[in-house]
Amino acid sequence: MYQPCVPASVQYCLSASYGNEELQNPRMFSIKSLTKPVVFILCLLPLIAGIYSIATNSLVANPVEDLLHLTGEWGLKFLLITLCVTPLQLTFKWLWIAKLRRMLGLYAFFYALLHLIIWVVLEQELDLSAAINEIIEKKYITIGIIALLAMLPLAVTSNRWAIRKLGKKWKPLHRMIYPIAVLVIVHFLWQVRAKDILEPAMHLGFLLVLLIWRFKKIVAG
Amino acid sequence: MPILLKNVQTIRSSEITPEDVFLRRREFLAAAGLALGATTAGMLPGSPARAAVPPLGAVSKWPESTIETQTPEEQATSYNNFYELGTDKGDPKKNAARLITDPWSVEIAGECGKPGKYTLEDILKPHSNEERVYRLRCVEAWSMVIPWAGFPLGDLLKRFEPTGNAKYVQFETLLDPERLPGQQYPVLQWPYVEGLRMDEAMHPLTMMVVGMYGKLLPNQSGAPLRLVVPWKYGFKSIKSIVKISFVEKQPDTSWNLSAPREYGFYSNVNPNVSHPRWSQAKERRLDGESKGLSALFAEKRDTLMFNGYADEVAGLYSDLDLKANF
Repeated sequence: MYQPCVPASVQYCLSASYGNEELQNPRMFSIKSLTKPVVFILCLLPLIAGIYSIATNSLVANPVEDLLHLTGEWGLKFLLITLCVTPLQLTFKWLWIAKLRRMLGLYAFFYALLHLIIWVVLEQELDLSAAINEIIEKKYITIGIIALLAMLPLAVTSNRWAIRKLGKKWKPLHRMIYPIAVLVIVHFLWQVRAKDILEPAMHLGFLLVLLIWRFKKIVAG
Repeated sequence: MPILLKNVQTIRSSEITPEDVFLRRREFLAAAGLALGATTAGMLPGSPARAAVPPLGAVSKWPESTIETQTPEEQATSYNNFYELGTDKGDPKKNAARLITDPWSVEIAGECGKPGKYTLEDILKPHSNEERVYRLRCVEAWSMVIPWAGFPLGDLLKRFEPTGNAKYVQFETLLDPERLPGQQYPVLQWPYVEGLRMDEAMHPLTMMVVGMYGKLLPNQSGAPLRLVVPWKYGFKSIKSIVKISFVEKQPDTSWNLSAPREYGFYSNVNPNVSHPRWSQAKERRLDGESKGLSALFAEKRDTLMFNGYADEVAGLYSDLDLKANF
């Protein structure tokens, strides 16, 4: 049986019907089986576009900065996209979208990890003592690292085996995504120069809407 | 079916407008406009038609220019911090056309014998331009090497006869949210203001700049008149100046007003004083030496005290604690 406290969408992923519609309806097979690979490739496009532009465009003055910004911003965007999955699923009865959540969440982690790797390898030039110094000294970097470390247990427990194994503990663990998203936006806001806060503020506003939605659900249900 | 472009061949080189004439096109337009106005209104204009931004003229070469690889012009004019034209590095170039620099005047104010409002032409007329290749070090830990055209600021300041009370010089950028659309957002306190101590302003390395790469300044680089102080972080080199004041007290400076713990009045390039956002020990030189993906792995270089101009300027600060006065 399913764990009663595992979210409906996760239950759906674990259920016998998950991945089996194709067998029942051969026409659905062709479309639905394409969803995941197509979304997988779409999620890689920002990175591919960024690398392509650096490789081919002589106007790129500071490519390391470009890649750092690109991976950081897309890490946050994928976090917020992942958080949209349950609201979309419940509001529009899009059951199928739940299948994408794990991949979207892992993409958030992928871009965030890439962000750190680029920072350590290209920005700090693999000078680990300098990097650690920076992490301690610059508070916005401290917060960024904490957010990434906090994402790690979520990433490693996103597989079906861990969902079963963790049972009741899975849901509270993965609710950590909300405070993590707050930390990521603080990391973004903190490095803004002067009062150029429009972009992080828009992300924060979006997160607040999602948080209010989530809070109402908890109160209602 | 092939498309025939036979007209391409028929443009003779004699028909192509020379760049210096092209750059003076506003002069012709202004003259035409005045002529038209004069005929229709049936009267002569009160002031003669003039070029707002005079051409560079003959530019001599400064013998002490650095021989380091110069940043490609394309990069130096498309990767800019000029928040009045947008906060992304690419914004200033995109919005450059908004900044109309014709006409342009500069107000000279404060503790001096000849205060007043001067046309750009009057400001520039007595000075001949010299090309100087300087390193430019941004507080964001990147640097460029740029050939500027201009003249020592001190030569300009002396003309206005500063009095004994003139201890500092304050500069102000144009305030016009139409021409500088970034000023529609309260990112910084507008107009942008900067300042120098009198001895810094009179230092022979401090330049009033009107051109770069052998041409007049493009708008995104601070046309038509900007400051360049090569031993200080780039934000001290204020762009599109409309006012210069001689003052007795240390003047406000924009980034210091915005974040006093991050940006001091002096803001001398100093690898030993870490900024809360960026370590200043190293810098990424943007000079186009490595291209494409290999630029990702280009090594940073150590930042030099006073951006490598210590021999010339260290004496200005011999009795100043540079850690406290960052």
